Amino acid sequence: MTENKKHILDFTVRQNLRLGTNYALLKLMPTGGQLPPCEPGQFAQVLVPNSKNTFLRRPISICNIDPNENLLWLLVRRAGEGTAALCDLHEGETLNVMLPLGHGFTLHRDGTTLLVGGGVGVAPLLMLGKVLKEQGMQPEFLLGARTENDLLMLDKFNELGPVHITTDDGSAGVHGVVTRHPVLTGGNMAHIACCGPMPMMRAVAALARQQGIDCEVSLENLMACGMGACLCCVEDTADAGNVCVCTEGPVFNINRLKWQI
Amino acid sequence: MANLSVNIGNLRLKNPVMTASGTFGYGEEFADLIDLNQLGGIIVKGTTRMPRQGNPYPRMVETPSGMLNAVGLQNKGVDHFVEHIYPRICGLDTAIIVNVSGSTIDDYVAVCERLNPLDKVAAVEINISCPNVKQGGMTFGTTCTGAQSVVSACRKAYDGTMIVKLTPNVTDVTEIARAAQEAGADALSLTNTFLGMAIDVERQTPCLSTITGGLSGPCIRPIAVRMVWQVAKAVNVPVIGLGGIMNGRDALEFILAGATAVQFGTANFVDPQATIKAIGYINDYLDRHGLDSVPQLIGALKA
Repeated sequence: MTENKKHILDFTVRQNLRLGTNYALLKLMPTGGQLPPCEPGQFAQVLVPNSKNTFLRRPISICNIDPNENLLWLLVRRAGEGTAALCDLHEGETLNVMLPLGHGFTLHRDGTTLLVGGGVGVAPLLMLGKVLKEQGMQPEFLLGARTENDLLMLDKFNELGPVHITTDDGSAGVHGVVTRHPVLTGGNMAHIACCGPMPMMRAVAALARQQGIDCEVSLENLMACGMGACLCCVEDTADAGNVCVCTEGPVFNINRLKWQI
Repeated sequence: MANLSVNIGNLRLKNPVMTASGTFGYGEEFADLIDLNQLGGIIVKGTTRMPRQGNPYPRMVETPSGMLNAVGLQNKGVDHFVEHIYPRICGLDTAIIVNVSGSTIDDYVAVCERLNPLDKVAAVEINISCPNVKQGGMTFGTTCTGAQSVVSACRKAYDGTMIVKLTPNVTDVTEIARAAQEAGADALSLTNTFLGMAIDVERQTPCLSTITGGLSGPCIRPIAVRMVWQVAKAVNVPVIGLGGIMNGRDALEFILAGATAVQFGTANFVDPQATIKAIGYINDYLDRHGLDSVPQLIGALKA
């Protein structure tokens, strides 16, 4: 994977789409110039405006790059004060963003990749699916959510490939968590790319290991700088001990991690 | 254009703006975003005799106007620095200063000895103030005898400019400052982080793996300014001010209080270009106030 140069750019909010009760899809245009090249799975560090009590930038996955419209898509979950301020941005407001950061997903050209997402973790899988499809591969999606209302951007995923669904309450798709879905338990794919809550990623990783399927997960360890300086977001690895999730990840092959699965 | 240069002992800095240890990696991480050669100095990550894995995750939590960290001096050791990092950064046109940490006096001395022959290491900063390690670190910096023993041992092992970084977690920082000066410090930097703690109320657990950690960011700035003001009056060696500096205005607070130079720390996490903007701000400030050099401002507080 190539090292993309980091940029700090001002963006104008062109659109803020409320998704469900807790999410916002922000479509942002650089105030001047073109979006820099970004890879699926990389992330951005967003300075939070209009937020009195927060201080640090917020790391947000790059959800999509729309080169024709010169738009960066960020999917934000209202989790705390900082992300709430981002969800409440108005069209026309300015947002300072550092990007692209970290290393993204491997683009496999052999065999099917199943993209497994949960909650706001579906964000980077949209861009990954799009890029895989552009490269002539056939991505397949397994998306989990609490309820039907928490399934995000389904129309966009449907344009890219087959979409399988699970919900915790059974309001859509298979009732239960993603690891209950036959597409995953059947084990017919060559690769898994996974992003979601930690218990989900661990369960998917355990299943992948059992079945001998190559699997990458995207971690969201708490971080301050996002660029390998503060050494706060470390994850223990088999080959190098503590490494920064922000620079060595956020995407890791599960074989590198010392997860007890 | 005013003359921005300042002297720290025998070390001449092109301007008073440096980056604080542990907040700027080895500088390379920021090279896409700023011209490193414009900085007065880069103080590289705390370096120890042997590699250290640091503390377990989680190591940070955001707090009002600041953050707590508990990194615990993760680094690959002084040999790795000398063999792999130094050759990559020694060509930079800025003062490369190495922060030296350890658990025992022998550790500090060993690192100083390894760095002593390196021409392009402009100075060492002896860290007797890390709050996140079980042995050494801050325990040396909280008593006069502890500070004196480390500093005098390092003085024998290092010929160049030696800065000693003080902890604010003491009753009277001026006593420790005087002890470090008497033991041979060429300059003092303060403050390191303030010992703090945050609790996840829902889980009823500490936010950090180590329970306590070091508080940094603008929330500590007024306390740091007060301590720099006190220490600058108590010693004859130059003082380097740090603690929650976010911009050029904040930097000038420390300089007016008596600091010869400043370090930007946590600010680098929020705005990686904060240092460069501050250099411009200080230059404009001097012009605006009809001054032509930074030393005219050092300790110029009207009180």
